[in-house]
Amino acid sequence: MMETMSVPPFELFYRDQRDAVFAYLVRALGRDVAEDAFQETFLRALRAYPRLDHGRHLRAWVFTIASRIALDEHRRRQPAGEPPEGAAVDPEPAYAELAPLTDGLPPTERAAVVLRYGYDLAYEDIGAVLGSSEEAARQAASSGVRRLRKRSSR
Amino acid sequence: MSVPADLDRRFREAAVAAGLVDVAYDLVDSPLGALLVAVSERGLCWISFGSEEPEPIESLARRLSARVLRAARPVESARRELSEYFEGRRQEFDLPVDLSGLPSFQRSVLDELVRVPYGEVSTYGQLAVRVGKPRAARAVGGALNRNPVPIVVPCHRIVGAGGSLVGYAGGLERKRALLELEGAGPAGA
Repeated sequence: MMETMSVPPFELFYRDQRDAVFAYLVRALGRDVAEDAFQETFLRALRAYPRLDHGRHLRAWVFTIASRIALDEHRRRQPAGEPPEGAAVDPEPAYAELAPLTDGLPPTERAAVVLRYGYDLAYEDIGAVLGSSEEAARQAASSGVRRLRKRSSR
Repeated sequence: MSVPADLDRRFREAAVAAGLVDVAYDLVDSPLGALLVAVSERGLCWISFGSEEPEPIESLARRLSARVLRAARPVESARRELSEYFEGRRQEFDLPVDLSGLPSFQRSVLDELVRVPYGEVSTYGQLAVRVGKPRAARAVGGALNRNPVPIVVPCHRIVGAGGSLVGYAGGLERKRALLELEGAGPAGA
């Protein structure tokens, strides 16, 4: 049986992730807004921290929080009077729709597909989340998509 | 891209202000070198000698909560009382001590230890008697060796049967220095 990896002290988690999260938020939102989004990301992470039951995939976890905040910020910035299509009924976000579809993909491919097509993250950022290169992130996403196509054509 | 120091500080302050930090710690200077001092909502829960971080905070995360964060403000009163103690202006600590998460025998030894007054010494055997386990002097020694709050829970005041200093997790030099500070006489001489 695989040994369960325990949840590290928040301080160590925060130190490991803060620079990558900040860099991502600066790219996604610009320097000024990134600072508030950064605080909000780690406050949400701290609030949810007691509910973690293992210490695996923490980078993907915190990037999920950060990208959700970035997405909300983008939505908030859309000019009033031009609601995005379907906004009034608050459709299920793309990442939520993708979750059941990608069930069963290998974890890295699944993360790459969801982050690319659900969160609209750039491959460079996905690479940062997965701890790999931009190119490896691109390959993981495309082999995930190939696998899904194969599955749906069966 | 690294996080600006000011943003880092603001995040830590906001986390404390929001009540999301279960254990806050910081480094405190002392005549015995750097101390890593941690407090929980219930009180002082950790002091260790030196500025090494991962081990103490991993131990705190296992014992109390994984929401451990370095932050200066919650540790302020501990910092002040320790500095008064080292300047010889304080003999008793007003800070509550949080011994939760420790095995019950160890807690009972440490609870008893707090009663050994400033400037006095007791022995492992006497402490064993006081916790109702007269034959458990060695186990008492083990409990003291793992005291998570040295100085404030004064394990330095416990000496061997003949008055020798014996062991101290922080090193015998530090034990000697603490006893000298308290004017506890020539223990270990």
